Amino acid sequence: MNKIKSIDDLRKMKKDLEFGMNIREKSNSPESLVQIRVAMATCGIASGAREVMNTMIEKIEKDKIPAVVTQGGCMGYCYAEPTVEVRVPGKDPVVFGYVNSKVAIDILEKYILKGELIEGIIPTNYQSIN
Amino acid sequence: MKDIAMHILDILQNSVTAGAENISVTIDEDIKGNKLTVIVEDDGKGMDSEQVERVTDPFFTSRTTRKVGLGIPLFKQSAIQSGGTFFIDSFPGRGTAITAQFVYDNIDRLPLGDIANVFVLTLSSNPSIEFRLKYIYNGSVYMFDTVEVKEVLEGVPLSEPGVIKALTDMINENIKDLKC
Repeated sequence: MNKIKSIDDLRKMKKDLEFGMNIREKSNSPESLVQIRVAMATCGIASGAREVMNTMIEKIEKDKIPAVVTQGGCMGYCYAEPTVEVRVPGKDPVVFGYVNSKVAIDILEKYILKGELIEGIIPTNYQSIN
Repeated sequence: MKDIAMHILDILQNSVTAGAENISVTIDEDIKGNKLTVIVEDDGKGMDSEQVERVTDPFFTSRTTRKVGLGIPLFKQSAIQSGGTFFIDSFPGRGTAITAQFVYDNIDRLPLGDIANVFVLTLSSNPSIEFRLKYIYNGSVYMFDTVEVKEVLEGVPLSEPGVIKALTDMINENIKDLKC
């Protein structure tokens, strides 16, 4: 891919960016985008929220997952940082704790794409057998 | 915090919470003068002189979810441990400017880290705020402004993963150019 250096390069790239956006949004309507919020207060940042957010953005772009990632604040779960709040349209929001890059991928692949529950929901209300 | 970029990511959240409409970050790598300066300025709600004094106290915070506020104390500690200085300039209703100066070659100075990454992550999450980045390396300057980026992108949101990647690459390419 060509290197982007100036605003002009960005302008030339706009079509590709729009294309990527449409693929993700057309499969579902825009309001059905999954909202992901990575808690980004001091506690979250210090325990690795930046890596989690980067991993999720990369994965969403690569697999064209209909989701947006934004930053959130501290929810008081400092002990369980990094935390990620996931709002799947039509479902109650869920907060995952102790998220790292691996768990972040699981959240996208299992919880968001397949609707499977995974461990790590806080406050704990789901545990797999054994 | 592992690097200065993480501190900036943290401090930027304060500006966002303060209701800023414009946030600017200045990074000045002055290797000849052996100084590294980071300035984060916003036009948010600001603080009065009493709050400015208390804000470097870890047991002061404006939030309600917990009783400690470590963002500013940790940033200050990082600057001071490198032999540098730390200032807060704030006025109620006008905004806040935080200046951390590091001694460049001090062994206790944290590495800079990926400034472009944390800057773009924050601007993509806050599309209604205008962000500016001024990167100075030994006097050469690179400027980035979300106003012109939004003009070019028109309808494509800043939270679009492709945009996040493109903007991060763009800033990193320009910083790399400053350094050679």
